[in-house]
Amino acid sequence: MAFLEHLWIQNTLVAGVYALLAFGLWRVSGDAQWVSAWQRLKRDRTGMLSLGVVVLYVLVGTLEMVRLPAERGTRSVLDAMSASIPEEKGYSAPLAKTTLSVAKPEPLKGRHVLGTDSMGRDTLLRTMKATRTALLIGGLTSLIYIPLGVLLGIVAGYYRRWVDEVVQYLYSTIAAVPEILMLVAILLVLGKGLGTMAVALGLTGWVGLARLIRGETLRQVERPYIAAARAMGQTDGKILLRHLLPNVMHLVVIKFVLGFSGLVLAEAMLSYLGVGSPVGTPSWGAMIDASRSELSREPVVWWNLSAAIFALFFLVLSLNLLGDALRRAFDPRRG
Amino acid sequence: MFSYLIRRLCLSVPIVFGVMLLTFVLFFVVQSPQAMARKVLGPKATPQAVENWLQNRGYDKPLLVNTVPGRPFYDSLFFNQMRRLASFDLGRSDVTGRPLKEVFAKGVLPSLLITVPAFVVGLVSALGLALYLVFVRHSSVDLAAALVCVGLMSLPSMAYVIFGQYVVAQQLNYLPAFGFSLEGGSAVRFLVLPVALMVVSGLGAEVRLYRALFLEEMGQDYIRTARAKGLSNAAVLMVHVLKNGMINLITLVVASLPFLMMGSLVVENFFGIPGLGSVLFSAIQAPDFAVVQASVFLGSILYLIGLMLTDLCYAWVDPRIRLQ
Repeated sequence: MAFLEHLWIQNTLVAGVYALLAFGLWRVSGDAQWVSAWQRLKRDRTGMLSLGVVVLYVLVGTLEMVRLPAERGTRSVLDAMSASIPEEKGYSAPLAKTTLSVAKPEPLKGRHVLGTDSMGRDTLLRTMKATRTALLIGGLTSLIYIPLGVLLGIVAGYYRRWVDEVVQYLYSTIAAVPEILMLVAILLVLGKGLGTMAVALGLTGWVGLARLIRGETLRQVERPYIAAARAMGQTDGKILLRHLLPNVMHLVVIKFVLGFSGLVLAEAMLSYLGVGSPVGTPSWGAMIDASRSELSREPVVWWNLSAAIFALFFLVLSLNLLGDALRRAFDPRRG
Repeated sequence: MFSYLIRRLCLSVPIVFGVMLLTFVLFFVVQSPQAMARKVLGPKATPQAVENWLQNRGYDKPLLVNTVPGRPFYDSLFFNQMRRLASFDLGRSDVTGRPLKEVFAKGVLPSLLITVPAFVVGLVSALGLALYLVFVRHSSVDLAAALVCVGLMSLPSMAYVIFGQYVVAQQLNYLPAFGFSLEGGSAVRFLVLPVALMVVSGLGAEVRLYRALFLEEMGQDYIRTARAKGLSNAAVLMVHVLKNGMINLITLVVASLPFLMMGSLVVENFFGIPGLGSVLFSAIQAPDFAVVQASVFLGSILYLIGLMLTDLCYAWVDPRIRLQ
């Protein structure tokens, strides 16, 4: 998928995702259920705080995703902003003045708040760049599994009979294979990469969503507004799209946020196993993997591992808390 | 009961067939057998070596239907693979050539030695903590614990293992950092740390789940009745909530029992425990497609066994449920 590396294709994709997000927000801004959920979310302190942290991560990731023309090829906005940070010869501790070497330490060209890695790259910058990988995996996978899960779930719940049987058979078969085995199998065949990882995670991830949406659709179909829509002679397509879809959408949003945190963890796990991010791509999982040799060094190199784990932890934690807050906001009775 | 089991078994057949079909499509259609051979043998393999490798495994046969005159139509890759899996023949390792039945059988015991203690200790401590949190529900302790649980859930399992091994084994030197033995005391010394880390890494999610389960039970009518007849909070909790909550809990827990055999991918590799997790880990690094394919197949069988066990236990603990 080399063509995706092209400058304007990447930037257009980023703009497209933001446009999709803005469109979604605009569509729900007039809906009473969503407005009251937003009112409740605004009063939820943990929810708002975690939303803030998530937005911060998204901004950092966007800085790394938007690309600018450079002398040779392209570079990201984050690269351009950090052009003044020099590369060193190897490991150096946070704020150290020399490289980490007992035999012959060499003076550093600049200061590095979180030190540098084995290639002499600034750890803080590397950690920030890895945000892009996490967001790309979460985003791309969501673009695959959400349409798939919603479509199959809603269709199974609405048409029932053989459609339901087929969908249930499909997801029972996929659910029968332990997820990590399925992911590893797919990635061994397709090869590592961000695109293939998203495909693998998407192919396994839709099962939970489809189950959830099918269950909710079965419940919604019993309600009078569907009978009314049928009585007025509306077509199946219209009932599915205009009536059922908006009424299950809040579940999709909650699942999207909570699922995103699982996807970020999965990316780290797969990169750690060596079937995830390609070599050279900044990734928290790859940084954790590298730390296995770093911890057995003398003196110990702990900053790369710590930076990766903290960055990963705060994103996943915020997503989990935000997901819970959204659930409370949409369903205040169950809280 | 017996007829129910038979029917359930029959319903599992299409799913097992689906999994077999899925692995066939993934390993032999999405990637050609030649591509698989190259991945296993490495980029330097000669065409002759690739040819031999394919022939040894029967991967050089036609994909779906054998049209060579004189050969039966079913002498193809598809039919051979299906027949092999249907007879529970797991095949041979792509790398070492050893029969996988042997490899897996050898790994089950070490895997069980860490997963069973971790499962029991994890379940008991999570249940205890969850009950306590329900006892003090909506207090500041409960709120703080909820936050801690989400925090524990938000760390990747590697983080626990790396940190635990580094601090407890390498820095404090309390326990060995690596190794495995089957001889009494030293076996325990090798197992304590991996088991403890597995418990801690799963604790957050489990406590949260059980707490939600028990809280839901607290909203039921029979709890109000029990309270109304003058039972104390503790009595309601220990007798009524625990007992009724167990019904839902068993469905969650029993389904995961067969998977204890599969071991733990991260922990085993980190602590050098020669279980199924380690087997899979090295298969991923190799890569050894036969091992991964066999694991997928075994995993789905274990899953279906888990489902069946769940149904049986459900009927056993809840007399209202009749299996027919």
